[in-house]
Amino acid sequence: MSGFGIYLVFFLIIALNYGIMVLGLNLQWGYTGLFNAGVVGFYAIGAYGTAILAGPDRAALIGGFGLPFPLAILGGMILCALAAIVVGLATLKLREEYLAIATFGIAITIQLVALNFESLTGGANGLVGLPRPFIDAFESTTSYNLFFLAVVACVTGLVYVALEAAVRSPWGRLLNAVREDEVAARSLGKNIALIRLQAFVLGCTLIGLSGGIYVAFIGFVSPLDFLPILTFQIWAMLIVGGSGNNAGALLGAIVVWALWTMSGLAISRFSPVGFQNQAGAIQTMLIGLLIVSMLIFRPRGLIGERATVSSHKERGAP
Amino acid sequence: MQTAQTPETGKTGRLEIRDARKAFGSVRAVDGVSFTAEAGRITGLVGPNGAGKTTLFNAIAGEASLDSGTVTLDGTQIGGLSPHEVFSSGLTRTFQIPRPFARMTVLENLLVVPERQAGERFWNNWIGRGRVSRQEAELREKAHDVIAFCNLSAVAMQPAGSISGGQQKLVELARALMADPAIVLLDEPGAGVNPALLDTIIERIVELNRRGMTFLIIEHNMDLITSLCDSLVVMAAGRKIAEGKPREVIARDDVVEAYLGGAAA
Repeated sequence: MSGFGIYLVFFLIIALNYGIMVLGLNLQWGYTGLFNAGVVGFYAIGAYGTAILAGPDRAALIGGFGLPFPLAILGGMILCALAAIVVGLATLKLREEYLAIATFGIAITIQLVALNFESLTGGANGLVGLPRPFIDAFESTTSYNLFFLAVVACVTGLVYVALEAAVRSPWGRLLNAVREDEVAARSLGKNIALIRLQAFVLGCTLIGLSGGIYVAFIGFVSPLDFLPILTFQIWAMLIVGGSGNNAGALLGAIVVWALWTMSGLAISRFSPVGFQNQAGAIQTMLIGLLIVSMLIFRPRGLIGERATVSSHKERGAP
Repeated sequence: MQTAQTPETGKTGRLEIRDARKAFGSVRAVDGVSFTAEAGRITGLVGPNGAGKTTLFNAIAGEASLDSGTVTLDGTQIGGLSPHEVFSSGLTRTFQIPRPFARMTVLENLLVVPERQAGERFWNNWIGRGRVSRQEAELREKAHDVIAFCNLSAVAMQPAGSISGGQQKLVELARALMADPAIVLLDEPGAGVNPALLDTIIERIVELNRRGMTFLIIEHNMDLITSLCDSLVVMAAGRKIAEGKPREVIARDDVVEAYLGGAAA
């Protein structure tokens, strides 16, 4: 396989895995109107949860249960769901901006815990040397990455199909009603708090799944992987792709990650040698520019929201 | 269309408010108001801006709590319940400024309403898909009946945010009907509505009332309120100042003074 092909496989693994995270955020924001600005915090819980459950036993560290990765990832997702229930119960009564501030703060707290709770997370060193799932069955890194890409594509596809069924059902209709007007939905007998909590927890669980897959692929976890910029990248993906549309969420993940990596390559190639670190900030500025540009010129994103939410309705509608 | 009766609950819609009080700081928004919206009748609630009508409406519907007093529906206390509990007890409301689910179609706006839908439970959309589909078909049929009844068929598949304000008022009425309520609280159904649509709204209210549905209506349009209502309650500065037959009530000097400022006399 050519160098470009090898890189393309690596690129797609990361982009599709981010796509799962964007799908989770889309369920929260695109369909329910929940402004989760703490995406990276739940990604970290999924990642550390998986790493602790799958990692080898280490004398100085808590955990290291050596579970198979599918089980460890499931455990990470459950941890994420539990954390989301606690966070959701504490914050979901807040209005949009306040919910964003609260979840942003919680994500920072989670990252700081990851950095400082050394006996559990390995502190600044992180957790390294995690076993790569099924790697012994492959002769080369390239073939292993192809296998991993197939797995990630299948998982992403399953998540997409399941979410499409969910959001185009009466349950999805409830989410949309809450997003559109909570007061009206409440006056029509809907339990707003429960609906918001369901969407928040399910979205965070998917974000946790993405964190677990990331750890399985990379083989280590470090607090530097969970900086706030990732939350903004995921938001950019959703805004660019099209909030309220699952296909848009996946498209946004691929497009924005492509722009991010290409801009990184361009900066490393064309910026002066002594200016490389500062030039890295240009990438962050580009993300901000992209979000603002989309909001001004194409607020619906590349693929906007579709008009209907019920698959049942479409089949038999007159 | 089975919208005017409530066979499921067997409720008549008799709404009784006793000594309702609500203060915001030193302002007594609702100050010892008592009246009854009799079952099967249309009761009007009028008064100048700031009289406390909408505050009372919000308290009845569970959006706000009363400081004291009772609200009963067919003898059952509903004061202090949350909005969705009040809705479940058979009372539905509309809003002064329409609150449609703007990006959802008119049809979807109606489909949201019925309670205990199998598909509202997350897992049922996988493990009970057949039941969900059957129920959706039934609800869709009912929604189309209600939409036709409210003259909204032409806009059924349009986003509710894109139709006129008057049509949005009709969507709110239609949403209320999807619940088969015992009583409907309408907050200024005629405000900002063109005369043709207003006629439609009035016709529908009269027809629903003829079938037995109870209404409590806030309205400023005195012609509308006197022609529509069986009885009228007048509020001013948080207090009830008059109650009785509409034409008799609005002729009273104290009502003219409080509500019309004497200018219309």
